[in-house]
Amino acid sequence: MSINQTIRVLIAKPGLDGHDRGAKVIARALRDAGMEVIYTGLRQTPEMVAEAALQEDVDVVGLSILSGAHMALVPRVRQLMDENGLQDVALLVGGIIPEEDVSALKAMGISGVFGPGTSTEDIIRHIRQLAARGGNPG
Amino acid sequence: MEALVQAALNHDRRALARLLTVVENRREGVDTALAALFPHTGRAWIIGVTGAPGTGKSSLVNALAKTFRAAGRTVGIVAVDPTSPFSGGAIMGDRIRMRDLAGDRGVFIRSMATRGSLGGLSRATRDVIRVLDAAGFEIIFVETVGAGQSEVDIARAAQTTIVVEAPGLGDDVQAIKAGILEIADVLVVNKADRPGADNTARALKAMLEMGHPATRTDLISHHGRLMPAESAPGSSAASIWIPPVVSTVAPENTGIGDLVAALEAHHKYLIETQALDGLERQHIEIELYDRLQAALMARLLKGVPGEVFADVIHRIQTRELDPQSAVDAILSLPDQSC
Ligand SMILES: Nc1nc2c(ncn2[C@@H]2O[C@H](COP(=O)(O)OP(=O)(O)O)[C@@H](O)[C@H]2O)c(=O)[nH]1
Ligand SMILES: [Mg+2]
Repeated sequence: MSINQTIRVLIAKPGLDGHDRGAKVIARALRDAGMEVIYTGLRQTPEMVAEAALQEDVDVVGLSILSGAHMALVPRVRQLMDENGLQDVALLVGGIIPEEDVSALKAMGISGVFGPGTSTEDIIRHIRQLAARGGNPG
Repeated sequence: MEALVQAALNHDRRALARLLTVVENRREGVDTALAALFPHTGRAWIIGVTGAPGTGKSSLVNALAKTFRAAGRTVGIVAVDPTSPFSGGAIMGDRIRMRDLAGDRGVFIRSMATRGSLGGLSRATRDVIRVLDAAGFEIIFVETVGAGQSEVDIARAAQTTIVVEAPGLGDDVQAIKAGILEIADVLVVNKADRPGADNTARALKAMLEMGHPATRTDLISHHGRLMPAESAPGSSAASIWIPPVVSTVAPENTGIGDLVAALEAHHKYLIETQALDGLERQHIEIELYDRLQAALMARLLKGVPGEVFADVIHRIQTRELDPQSAVDAILSLPDQSC
């Protein structure tokens, strides 16, 4: 229905770990793939992430978590997004995440978990797929 | 779409966000939605914030919004960032500096990329401002890309325009771009904690005093498609406003009280001299011409087959036809006005 298919992605870095090089690399790769990336910076609370996702009406939210706190942060962000009416917005996680946590996160409805070795092409492809089937009909 | 409009008017934030997407992407039903919203617009105080990248615009908007929120006024923020000409994508990082506003339901922040607007103020930006206005935000900040035409264009949509300078960006008179002083209602020297800030402020003040800055009215009509013969009511008084120069350190909230006072003084001045009405009339005039131009162009392009254009371009290139004759020829094609 819409002519303009620009994909909007929120890249956020929740939690307390203090460097965002990885998140910036991803943000740049997504921009170079033609996406509009809203980058929120370091030390976001789950509340801040969910609120920004709502205001910016993004198709996809990507969290970068290196602190090991993913099992606390990710479900909380998902829950707050759902409470905000963002059930149709996909949530992705990137970072160092052990195998058993990956399946637990996926079981919670997290649309993708990307380890340090993932190529940006894979992430871009994944986001395009999610956006194509995602709700957000506006 | 009607339900979405109603919900947005009733302060449903999810609906508002989705409506902004409809407007920005010009999805089906957009014009109906905007028409339904229009009677609810015209109430917000629209404040444009422009200046070179890195001068501290987002940090200032954050500090200003906090102050206005403390006074109980609701704030909408539109942060415009450049679209990459290579990929069509964008990275929008203004929210990084606006984290103090998180969790406040009296604030709504929306980032938008310039997309195809070539740096000028796009129709989408105007429409996004209008949606926030209709949704009841009392003050709307529009942070623009601090480069090119948008810097000057923001004065065509804002009632009060803040121009932000900072020391260390080639801190003298040459660094201050042409046209910038004329659109500024309030000048800010941010990063006043940095060396050279006093010089920048002095240079700005000197330029304001010695120059004969064109009135805002003159400038806007120069850049518009239209040159109104007579000035709008109140515009002669408009030339009396002398932009104050305010020094700030945005992250420390230093000077923000003075800046708010300067903004309020400008707003009060606009209202008391009736310049506000004249300004709005000009904005409407410019917008109408912009929209007419776009609509006529779209209609023309629909009526003239692509091959005709290709042929005409070829004939201009081979010097068979000059560009103006080509325009006349296209305009006189029989099917162009259908
Ligand atoms: N020293 C100093 N740094 C500032 C000040 N205001 C902003 N900054 C910093 O300057 C950089 C750019 O600020 P930002 O608000 O993003 O500028 P914008 O690009 O104009 O929106 C950030 O690192 C800010 O923290 C200030 O008054 N003093
Ligand atoms: Mg900014």
